[in-house]
Amino acid sequence: MNKQVNQKAWFLVLPVVILVAFNAVIPLMTVVNYSVQETFGDNVFSWAGVIWFEQVLNSPRFHDALLRQMLFTAIILAIEIPLGLIIALAMPRKGFWVSVCLVLMALPLLIPWNVVGAMWNIFALPEIGLLGKGLNSLGFDYNYTRQPLTAWFTTVLMDVWHWTSLVVLLCYAGLVSIPDDYYRAAKIDGASAWAVFRFIQLPKLKRVLTIAILLRFMDSFMIYTEVKVLTGGGPGNATTFLSIDLDKIALGQFDLGPAGAMSLIYFLIILLFSWLFYTLMMRNEAQ
Amino acid sequence: MARILIDKLRHSYVQDPQKPEDYALREMSLEMADGGAYALLGPPGCGKTTLLNLISGLLHPTEGRILFDDTDVGRKTPEERNIAQVFQFPVVYDTMTVYDNLAFPLKNRGVAAGEIDKRVREIADMLDLGHMLGRRASGLTADGKQKISLGRGLVRSDVNVIMFDEPLTVIDPHLKWILRSKLKELHTRIRRTMIYVTHDQTEALTFADRVVVMNLGEVVQVGTPVELFERPAHTFVGHFIGSPGMNALPCAVENGMPSFLGNPVRLGSEIRVPNDGGKLEIGIRPEFIKFNEHEAGPAIPVEVTKVADAGRFRIVEARHKGQLLKVLVTEGDAIPTGTSHVRFDPTHTHLYSDGWLVK
Repeated sequence: MNKQVNQKAWFLVLPVVILVAFNAVIPLMTVVNYSVQETFGDNVFSWAGVIWFEQVLNSPRFHDALLRQMLFTAIILAIEIPLGLIIALAMPRKGFWVSVCLVLMALPLLIPWNVVGAMWNIFALPEIGLLGKGLNSLGFDYNYTRQPLTAWFTTVLMDVWHWTSLVVLLCYAGLVSIPDDYYRAAKIDGASAWAVFRFIQLPKLKRVLTIAILLRFMDSFMIYTEVKVLTGGGPGNATTFLSIDLDKIALGQFDLGPAGAMSLIYFLIILLFSWLFYTLMMRNEAQ
Repeated sequence: MARILIDKLRHSYVQDPQKPEDYALREMSLEMADGGAYALLGPPGCGKTTLLNLISGLLHPTEGRILFDDTDVGRKTPEERNIAQVFQFPVVYDTMTVYDNLAFPLKNRGVAAGEIDKRVREIADMLDLGHMLGRRASGLTADGKQKISLGRGLVRSDVNVIMFDEPLTVIDPHLKWILRSKLKELHTRIRRTMIYVTHDQTEALTFADRVVVMNLGEVVQVGTPVELFERPAHTFVGHFIGSPGMNALPCAVENGMPSFLGNPVRLGSEIRVPNDGGKLEIGIRPEFIKFNEHEAGPAIPVEVTKVADAGRFRIVEARHKGQLLKVLVTEGDAIPTGTSHVRFDPTHTHLYSDGWLVK
């Protein structure tokens, strides 16, 4: 049989191509453009080669922000993934409470990010916030606007509050999709609750967990709005993660060249990590 | 190993059942002998899976008793009842090897390692899984996985009953036959009570010594495949078993004799035609209607309207005064065209009142 080649199909994807070009390709190319040029006033640009890349890669400021970023992501992944899984396992599977739980779980996800930041900003204020004042009256010396450690604590807590729900919902969907027959067979085989988790639920949730880890990794690595509103990167540079540092360079100092170079490096790091995660977690699948 | 006795069992999924329609399973009593091969056969929704789950302990009955030998197990868990079950969709533990899958029920019960190894290898050989014991179970085909599910049931030497819930549904057609004969062979070899649930008459009739036919939550007939074929206890059994199913013809009573649209019909046994106002029907399988032009005696004139070839035989549709009769003609036998006559084989002609066989 001869397959007829029909190129007209390309016209059907044209609107999407144009859309993607305007919201992704063109902005990205602009960034690439900035990253290899020196900018002067009056829109005068001159070729700069790779000096901005060298500068960013060699700058201790970038190294510190990257380290802070990786530490933050590692902490929230270590908390949100197990916690989300535990909550999903504990949620009811049928009846009235299912919808109640699901709505409660979805609520944090529906709140705009800057509102989350503002909420926690006020919630944690040592003088008036419920959390801040409460902790202080319990005898803890808590002031996230001045102490780096409590600033980290608050940021992590906020992220866990905001995003654990996503892991819960993903895991819950995964759990619900396991056919009853598996649980029945396990019952008949005399499996303990732990064995059911270890040999049925966990293997069946593998894909969902992979997605959850990937999403939480990428999102937390790009965290910006909430932290910007909550701490503004402070106190000092304590919570200045990559995106906040980038914001300071690009919009604070208006150093377009270094900012462009940093953006690209930032982007490549996320891409690399995501690829690594995915390949490692899916490695067994192929066997 | 156990004899299973089901005593006045009823089950409802409704909280507080009032009407008979609330019951997924109407009252039934049933006995299954130790070491027998049974099939629960019926259309989807007839309650056969409910009955199976009641026996296995995944459900607890609303009313009535289930006894394994002399113990009432109605309120016990599947584990306490010591049963094994193979499900419609193969259940294997994906991350384990075939060996570990088979060993899992024994490990959970704290059997000694040496004994586990002996049992697993024995069962693996029986199921032709011996050469793939080291492989990951997730990589197997559907029939391989179903064998593992079965193996997990067989590996325990003391199970009371092994149950199959439509186990061949997801198996490729050409492998179905192999797996089916394997099951039969296993049963002859280990002689353990087996209950096989299916809506497929071929599976039920080839596997089971005795078939329990169910419809609308009731047991309609329990019998050997031959009994179900030759003496259906209900027109439903006649329709459901056989291909095509039994002809159910309108019946009137003339001079105390049953008659089909004016033609007197002879029955196999001397029975008293009931007179209780029930709807009477004559049941005869297409296999037992013959075209016959030359023999003397009463014959029913028919018009042949359609012939369908079904391989070894042909299905002929004939009409008598508009009433459809299906007739099975063996390959090679002549089929008349146009107008002809048919005769019913009296020994296989039955009378039904309100659907039930008149005895």
